[in-house]
Amino acid sequence: MDPTPGQPWRAGPPGPGFEGTATYIATPDLIVAVNAAVALGRPLLVKGEPGTGKTVLAREVAAALGRPLIEWHVKSTTKAQHGLYEYDAVARLRDSQLGSERVHDIRNYIVRGKVWEAFEAPAGAVLLIDEVDKADLEFPNDLLQELDRMEFYVHETRETVRARHRPVVLITSNDEKELPDAFLRRCFFHYLRFPDPETMARIVRAHHPDLGRDLLAAALDAFYGLREVPGLKKRPSTSELLDWIHLLLAEGVAPGAVRAARGGRSLPPLAGALLKHEHDLGAAGGAPVAGRVG
Amino acid sequence: MFERLVHALRRAGVPVSLGEHLALLGALRAGVVPPGTQGFYHLARTALVKDERHFDRFDRAFAEALGGRPADAPIEIPEAWLRWEAARRFTPEERAAIDVRGGVDALTEALRQRLAGQDGRHEGGSHWVGTRGTSPLGAAGYAPAGIRLGRGPGRAGRALKVWERREYRNLDDRVGLGTRAFQVALRRLRRWAREGAAEDLDLAETLRATARNGGWLDLRMARRRRNATRVLLLLDAGGSMDAHVRRVERLFSAARSEFERLESYYFHNCLYERVWRDNRRRHVETLPTVQLLKAHDARWRVVFVGDAQMHPIEVTHAGGSVEHDNAEPGAEWLRRAVARWPHLVWLNPVPEAAWPSTASTGLIRALLRGRMYPLTPAGLREAVARL
Repeated sequence: MDPTPGQPWRAGPPGPGFEGTATYIATPDLIVAVNAAVALGRPLLVKGEPGTGKTVLAREVAAALGRPLIEWHVKSTTKAQHGLYEYDAVARLRDSQLGSERVHDIRNYIVRGKVWEAFEAPAGAVLLIDEVDKADLEFPNDLLQELDRMEFYVHETRETVRARHRPVVLITSNDEKELPDAFLRRCFFHYLRFPDPETMARIVRAHHPDLGRDLLAAALDAFYGLREVPGLKKRPSTSELLDWIHLLLAEGVAPGAVRAARGGRSLPPLAGALLKHEHDLGAAGGAPVAGRVG
Repeated sequence: MFERLVHALRRAGVPVSLGEHLALLGALRAGVVPPGTQGFYHLARTALVKDERHFDRFDRAFAEALGGRPADAPIEIPEAWLRWEAARRFTPEERAAIDVRGGVDALTEALRQRLAGQDGRHEGGSHWVGTRGTSPLGAAGYAPAGIRLGRGPGRAGRALKVWERREYRNLDDRVGLGTRAFQVALRRLRRWAREGAAEDLDLAETLRATARNGGWLDLRMARRRRNATRVLLLLDAGGSMDAHVRRVERLFSAARSEFERLESYYFHNCLYERVWRDNRRRHVETLPTVQLLKAHDARWRVVFVGDAQMHPIEVTHAGGSVEHDNAEPGAEWLRRAVARWPHLVWLNPVPEAAWPSTASTGLIRALLRGRMYPLTPAGLREAVARL
C-alpha cells in the first residue's frame, strides 16, 4: 500500500484528523472512499470478509468527525419501516381504556426509528445500517427514497420528516444476498480487503503496543499460515488474531513455542482462539482429514 | 479521460450509468481527491464500481484509459505448461540450476530470456509457440504476440502501479445467473408456502382495527405465516458437470433463508440405487436411494440438476452405469422418484437448443413427463412455477 499517511476525513467543521486513529488503521483507498461519501452526502456501502472491521469503521468515522453514531442492526425480520417510525397502536388502545388525555394526539404514539433519529440529530449524525444483506430482499429498495432525498412521509400525522443535516450513512454487507442495482447506483462502494501482513502488523501494534517484535513476527507467520490451510470452514480474521495475541500475552507464551508449532506442522498454542470449528482444528493440525482430495 | 474510462468500463461489462459518472464529477468538484493519479484511481473506483467482482475489470479499464493501450491481456500461463516448455528447452543441468535459483519466477525469467534469444536467431521468431501443434497455446489459437510470460516484462525492476497489480483478479467471476435473480425466482416458492387458512389472530391488525373502531373489539384473522418449503437438491456430479454443480449449490445456498430446509445429494449421470452427500467421500459414505425416497415425503420440492448427457444404455438397461454394475436400470429409479415426488423438476445447464441432439436427454425428459428446464433465469421461473 501507499506509504503516505492518510489525510483526515473532510467534514464541515475542522474535526480531529483521522490517519488511522490509535486503534484503527485505514488504507488510502478507504480514506478516499469515506471522504467522497461524506462530501457528497451519499451512502457508503462497505463489503469485505467477516472480521475485517466493517462495523468498527462506522464507530471510528463517527469519532473522527465528532458526530454521534446511530447504529441500526438489521435482522432477517427487519422491515424498512422499522427504521423510519412505528405506530404504537397497543399503547394508544391502553390509553383510551384508561381515559388518558394523550390518546387524542396520534403523535404521542409514533415511535421514531433509527433513520428518523439520524435525521433529527442537531449536527448531523453517522448512521450505520449494519448487515443490510440480512434483511428481506426488498429491504434496500424500500429505503431508496429515504436515503436519496433524506426525507420520508409519516402517514398518521401527514407530516414529512426531512433531515436537518444529511447524515453520513454507512452500510455494511456480508454478501449473503445481492443488493438491487437501483440501490447500488445511489451508493459509493468500498471493499475492505483482508489486510496484508504489513498492514496487519500495524493493526496489531495499534492494539498491543508492548508486543515484542519477535512474538509479533512469529504470530503473524502462524496466522497467515493457518489462513492458507485448504478447506477451512471459517478462516481466522483480524478480530480472532487480536484475541489470540491477547491470550498469548496473558499466558506469557514464548515466541519460540509459536514458531515451533509452525515448523512441526501442528497447531500453534491456544489455537482455539483462531479456529472455531472442530473440523478446522483437525484440518490445520495436519491430521489426515477424510476426503481432502488434491 | 473520464469518458474514455467510462466507455472502457462499459465495454468490459461493468454496469456504469450516467448517475455514477456524475457522482464522480461531483466528488472531483468537491475536492475530496488527494492529488495524484492514485488518489483519482481510488476515487473513481469508489464512485463507479459497486461490486468487488468488477474491480479487476476496472483495473484493466483504468490502465487502458490512462495509457491508451489495453493492459495485460488476460492470458495466464499455467505453471504446468511452463515446466513442460522448460523441459523441452533446457538441459537437465540447466533446469537444476534454475530450480536452485528459485522456483517458477526464476524459471519464467530464464525461459523468457531464452525465448528472446531464440527470436533473434530465427528471424521474426513468432512461431516459437509451436506451429507444429505441440503447444497447447498454439492449439487454442492465441496469437503468440499476445502472450506475455509471467506478469509481463515490466515486473523486473519497476514497482507496479496499484491498478497494475491486479489484486482483485480472484474476485472476478462472471456468473451467468446472478444469485439475486435466483433468489427473486425462488421467492415464488416461499410465497406459496405462506398460503393457508386464515386461522391466526392478527394481533397488531386487531388492535389497529379496534382503535379505529373507537374501542369496540374488531377481531382480525390472518393466514399463518409459515415458511414450510423444503427443497431436496439432487446434483449430477459427473466430470463435465462439476463447474455447473458448484454454481447451482452456491445459488441454492444463497437462497437458503427462503426455505425451511434444504438438503443436497449427489448422483452420477443418472439416479441409481445409491446417492451420496459429500462428493469427495462418495465411495465411503453413500445412502441407499430407497431410504432417500422414504425419508422425503411428497411435500418436498425436488430439484434435479444434471446435463442428462450419457449413453442411452445408462438410463435404460440394468448394468448400464459407467461406474458400477447397477441391478436395476436408471429409468426405474427415475420412475420411482417421479411417483414419489409430485413436485419435481430437472434443471439442465445445457442450452435448450442442444437437447434434441442427445438421445438420453429426450429419454429422461420423457420419464419426467417434460419437466426439464434450462438453467437460465427464464427456465428457472418456469421450473419454480411448476414446483
